[in-house]
Amino acid sequence: MDFAFESVTRVFAIVVFGILIAILVSLVIGSALSLEKYGLRFIWESDWDPVKENFGALVPIYGTLMTSMIAMVIGIPVSFGIALFLTELSPAWLRRPLGTAIELLAAIPSIIYGMWGLFVFAPLFQSHVQPLLIDGLGSLPAVGGLFEGPPFGIGMMTAGLILSIMVIPFISAVMRDVFELVPPMMKESAYGLGATTWEVVWKVVLPYTKVGVVGGIMLGLGRALGETMAVTFVIGNAHRLSASLMAPGNSIASALANEFTEAVGDLYYSALIELGLILFVITTIVLAISKFLLMRLSLREGTRT
Amino acid sequence: MLIKPLRVAAAALSVAAISTSVLAADITGAGATFPYPIYAKWADAYKKATGNGLNYQSIGSGGGIKQITAKTVDFGASDMPMKPEDLTKEGLIQFPAIMGGDVPVYNLKSIASGQIKFTGELLADIYLGKVKKWNDPTIVALNQDLKLPNESISVVHRSDGSGTTFIWVNYLSKMSPEWKQKVGEGTSVQWPVGVGGKGNEGVSAYVQQINGAIGYVEYAYAKQNKLAVGQVRNRDGNFVMPNIDTFRAAAAGADWAKAPGMYVILTDQPGKNSWPISGASFILMHKTQTKVDNAKEVLKFFDWSFKNGDQMATDLDYVPMPDPVVKLIATAWKEIKDPSGKALY
Repeated sequence: MDFAFESVTRVFAIVVFGILIAILVSLVIGSALSLEKYGLRFIWESDWDPVKENFGALVPIYGTLMTSMIAMVIGIPVSFGIALFLTELSPAWLRRPLGTAIELLAAIPSIIYGMWGLFVFAPLFQSHVQPLLIDGLGSLPAVGGLFEGPPFGIGMMTAGLILSIMVIPFISAVMRDVFELVPPMMKESAYGLGATTWEVVWKVVLPYTKVGVVGGIMLGLGRALGETMAVTFVIGNAHRLSASLMAPGNSIASALANEFTEAVGDLYYSALIELGLILFVITTIVLAISKFLLMRLSLREGTRT
Repeated sequence: MLIKPLRVAAAALSVAAISTSVLAADITGAGATFPYPIYAKWADAYKKATGNGLNYQSIGSGGGIKQITAKTVDFGASDMPMKPEDLTKEGLIQFPAIMGGDVPVYNLKSIASGQIKFTGELLADIYLGKVKKWNDPTIVALNQDLKLPNESISVVHRSDGSGTTFIWVNYLSKMSPEWKQKVGEGTSVQWPVGVGGKGNEGVSAYVQQINGAIGYVEYAYAKQNKLAVGQVRNRDGNFVMPNIDTFRAAAAGADWAKAPGMYVILTDQPGKNSWPISGASFILMHKTQTKVDNAKEVLKFFDWSFKNGDQMATDLDYVPMPDPVVKLIATAWKEIKDPSGKALY
């Protein structure tokens, strides 16, 4: 029985790995034509011209990274706050309904976020928030360029904001769960020594749970990088590189969703598959960096006094 | 793919068990999304009339062409006709099955639907980003009687590859040499300006949200959603409104008989009342059929639909093929043969 159980679980684990490799291989085979024609140039060319069959991935790569970054900049602090409130500060009767509400947010299909973003959020954003941002921040040196241009309501900023709403439930649910794992004894000892809530969170809870916290952030980042439908609705889908976050852009997943069905011509098809390959690589790099960071953190642990 | 043998097996079983008369094999097709509602409607009515079913997957024109060349379906469908040389290469024939077209839609508070007039050259200049304001002298010159606002024009286009886009950019290419040279035509192109909405609903949502926006959607979509549409000047120099009559006029004016492989794109067709941005959706089939029964059934289906389906098409705001064109299509069907070289239909 034990042997059977071990073999079965091992097979499952190997199958996952095998599928991953198979995906990678088929992506490489599918994009062979475009890999051969453009080589590395594909990554920094910004042209995307299906008619003249000239393709470059810079615009969607930039869009994917930029929208995910906006989502993380907004999503991480907010999720952290939510998780802290739920575990440390919230009155007991509020904990359960609030926690359930956040988990329900995670269950909403992404197309609903997209439609809500397009029909409800974008018009509000266009008429109330964007003019403020453009007038208030557009003239600043250095960062001003990020907030220039006419208020369309849609664009990379809107996509980033919608994404942040979508990743918050993921990150905060994981953070809350790991915060709850901190032994009450440790926290109570710290409180006993006269530490404030802030000090307890910062010096006891966070160091104890950092692996889980980073894991939660990575889960959110993974969703943000690969999100398709919600982004497609609000990003504006323009294959143009613009410094301003208010301008329409494109992301890898959204370009795929938009163009795959009608991609006529082998090179076009192959270029789209290469976009998929790049998304795969980006996700792998992000995961690798996070693992590396965690390793560095745990290495230093022993030396700290 | 898996379902079909299962279904056939199930059908065979039931035949064996109850020993009913005919085994009805469903025919399969795949391709363009634009004609999906009418094909589905026809299939439903055809099933009621004959008992034979049609399974149409609207996976997009590109997918339709791929599936028919791989022979996984009985017919493919594409909004963009295949070039005669490509047809010969793959051993395919094509014929048009249904028509529709694009209409320019806009969002200007002071101007009601149908009032503003465009020319093809002007639309191309707007989509090239050369005409930036609604009170640009070129627009004012065409619309002397309107008070055009000093507003920026926001261009909206489709973000997904689509037959709607193909018809639109094909028209712009015909009307503007600069468009043809800089952008060209296809189911998706590199847009010089503007934002992209997914599907007709995405384009119309953007147009309605952005003041001063202009976009293009399928005629049926614009009509059902009561969007503000513009008039366009046709080849004969008349400004026409998009409606069933002007679409029919465009199809009637086209010279189908002389076009090899029925390669006709219905933009900028002659005729006093022709709507200049019309298009047809095409069906692709192999010339030599191995699955003879299925091919016969496909032809029967379209024959039946051409004879009985005009009202259904008009109800859904599509434009049925005019009778002379249907006669030509029937002639083209003679080219579809079984392996021994005998014409199927």
